[in-house]
Amino acid sequence: MVDTLSSWGRYPAFPQTPHFTHWRGDLSDDLSDLASSYGSTLPYGQGRSYGDSCFAKTDHVLQTAYLNRFISFNRETGVIVAESGVTLEQVLSLVIPCGWFLPVTPGTKFVSLGGAIANDVHGKNHHVRGTFGRHVLSFNIVRSDGQKITCSLQENSELFSATIGGLGLTGVIESVELQLIPISSSKIDSSTIRFGSLNEFFSLSDEFDSKNEYSVAWVDCHVKGSSTGRGVYMTGNHSDSGDLTVNVKRKMSVPFTFPFSAINKMSLPLLNSGYYHLHKAKPQQAVINYEPFFYPLDRIEHWNRAYGRAGFQQYQCVIPENNAESAMHELLAAIASTGSGSFLAVMKRCGDIVSPGMISFPMPGLSLALDFPQSSSLNSTLFPRFDTIVREAGGRLYPAKDAHMSGEDFRTFYPDWKKVEKLRDPALCSRFWQRVIS
Amino acid sequence: MKNVLIVGATSAIAISCARIWASEKASFFLIGRDPSKLQQTADDLKVLGATAVHTCILDLNDFNQHEEALDECFSLMDTVDITLIAHGTLPDQSECERDVAVALHEFSSNGLSVISLLTLLANRMVMQASGTIAVISSVAGDRGRPSNYLYGTAKAAVSVFCEGLRARLFKSGVHVLTIKPGFVDTPMTKGLSLPGLLVVSPEKIAQCINKGITKKSNTIYAPGFWFFIMMIIKTIPEFIFKKMNL
Ligand SMILES: Cc1cc2nc3c(=O)[nH]c(=O)nc-3n(C[C@H](O)[C@H](O)[C@H](O)COP(=O)(O)OP(=O)(O)OC[C@H]3O[C@@H](n4cnc5c(N)ncnc54)[C@H](O)[C@@H]3O)c2cc1C
Ligand SMILES: NC(=O)c1ccc[n+]([C@@H]2O[C@H](COP(=O)([O-])OP(=O)(O)OC[C@H]3O[C@@H](n4cnc5c(N)ncnc54)[C@H](OP(=O)(O)O)[C@@H]3O)[C@@H](O)[C@H]2O)c1
Repeated sequence: MVDTLSSWGRYPAFPQTPHFTHWRGDLSDDLSDLASSYGSTLPYGQGRSYGDSCFAKTDHVLQTAYLNRFISFNRETGVIVAESGVTLEQVLSLVIPCGWFLPVTPGTKFVSLGGAIANDVHGKNHHVRGTFGRHVLSFNIVRSDGQKITCSLQENSELFSATIGGLGLTGVIESVELQLIPISSSKIDSSTIRFGSLNEFFSLSDEFDSKNEYSVAWVDCHVKGSSTGRGVYMTGNHSDSGDLTVNVKRKMSVPFTFPFSAINKMSLPLLNSGYYHLHKAKPQQAVINYEPFFYPLDRIEHWNRAYGRAGFQQYQCVIPENNAESAMHELLAAIASTGSGSFLAVMKRCGDIVSPGMISFPMPGLSLALDFPQSSSLNSTLFPRFDTIVREAGGRLYPAKDAHMSGEDFRTFYPDWKKVEKLRDPALCSRFWQRVIS
Repeated sequence: MKNVLIVGATSAIAISCARIWASEKASFFLIGRDPSKLQQTADDLKVLGATAVHTCILDLNDFNQHEEALDECFSLMDTVDITLIAHGTLPDQSECERDVAVALHEFSSNGLSVISLLTLLANRMVMQASGTIAVISSVAGDRGRPSNYLYGTAKAAVSVFCEGLRARLFKSGVHVLTIKPGFVDTPMTKGLSLPGLLVVSPEKIAQCINKGITKKSNTIYAPGFWFFIMMIIKTIPEFIFKKMNL
């Protein structure tokens, strides 16, 4: 009845027909109805995944957007229970005034709890808190055979592990019990410093990551030679004092999809260099709101439309610690040599806290995320080049951002895929899964 | 802090309204027929900040119970600041054409039950001499269309009833708001193929309703653009209208 849905990257184009579930009690029937009408389906949260992992094989998705009720919130212990369609934005609006915050947050607050679990998302504090799934105390999952199963580390732990990072394949998460972290203020003490090379980045990260709750870096991927890997390193911590206020800023919006990408070979070097020089060479300290620190892009609604009708792809990989520096050099050189490449390439050092998820993305090492306006050369030339570097360095790619990974690569990167496949609900399958498993 | 009575409290539109008032720490008396949905709604409102949430399980076609339910509400709350009447069903029109019993039952759900409740409620609200009664009618009540005229008839009855009641209660300080939503994405319209551009979320309707209550509007179309759509539809002469396949 409403328009069809896409993923955040708007590539590949497989319009998804949404089927809404409104009540927890309807989930089981809705799931079996969809399965009998179309063969299979897939839960769909807020569609903030970039590629095809939130697309049903049948292009008929079970939309959880209206499963967005809270169930309980203990203001003393910071344990919140909510339906899986509740967004991180809803959670923050409720819990910040009570002195609580999300234990882990991705770079947008417009994702659902179900989606955050299914991709086992990570944030700027991966080095100290691990992934989102580590903070999930339990969840209920509904399967197409009508079963409702409670999962935690203690109870049905195998299904728990398969579902965390399980790409929505093991059942529809109905409700989630999450442990929040306490905060004294909604402000962030942030600090930024420029670095001139990858080498400098590693020294900064070695020195400061462990002393800060949050750390992340942005790299200019348009410079070659000795400045390769120059960028800005940012850290942050929840302030000790200040008020507990929810930021509600008026949003700007990209009103329509551009006919072609505004982010292109002409604009990118300027944007990158501009951003680099905006920051001072000396460390800069500031107390800022949590919104601009965590969610700078959320201020511009539909910013993905700026990439034009063809959409865009994100390339996100993680390279194990040992090979991180050399592989990152190769990747950045490969990008700079093509002159394509990304505004705001984001680098994040992931820590060694193990996730309960069987096929979670992060591993100890360096993660790099880049956006590219869609063009046919991405899949034919550029990404295969990157893939070789990642493969040889023992790294892997992030399914939440993926629209190109080969089946062979996926199965090598995530050997436990077989366990997930065994626990997969026969009524659930994504276009991504179909692509990488067969 | 507001005291709010909601009839048909598990309606998606009603829930969206209630969430706004819960964040303002309102107290609630919720009437609905499904105990589990009612409980889920109450839990959500409590988490969002509601001061108190009472629930009352009632099938609104059981007219004999209306008095008792309202007694309970008014014994728990000394004044009721807002009453929202939100229950309703979207009948299968063709079934209503085949089966008189179905037609009358649907008319009861959407029309008579509202008239019964409003009659009892009005007298209590007059005694407290304050508050707003907000009633969800529909654009469907503005004109009879072949595809849903049973529903439209009931909503037309509700709209006219509210108009009269508004004029009667005006002098006693009680306000009556008639709400005419267009297409809303709720369980009621699940599975229907509606023109995507005209369909809005229940949250959007809730904002319109809340604004209408604050501003003491008389009749609102929700969203407002339906005023213009219905203005045009209402001016189409009958001899053309009857040939249109609406
Ligand atoms: C601007 C931006 C920044 C981002 N930053 C980060 C980041 O820093 N770190 C990071 O890890 N990710 C990041 N992401 C990716 C995003 O966090 C993930 O893709 C997230 O999973 C999206 O959640 P969603 O609710 O939109 O889910 P969708 O994209 O709709 O779905 C994602 C997956 O979850 C499954 N799913 C959804 N609901 C349920 C449910 N109820 N039960 C079972 N499975 C379900 C779907 O089947 C699908 O496999 C970012 C995305 C954007 C757009
Ligand atoms: N959705 C639209 O497009 C639209 C447009 C114009 C007007 N409206 C009106 O808006 C109001 C709210 O509807 P909605 O869109 O929010 O749909 P909804 O979520 O389906 O709500 C309708 C509610 O009415 C309840 N109900 C129906 N008959 C009842 C009875 N006999 N006793 C007790 N409760 C009863 C239902 O309870 P159960 O959940 O237990 O079934 C349900 O909670 C209705 O008056 C509707 O006519 C809707």
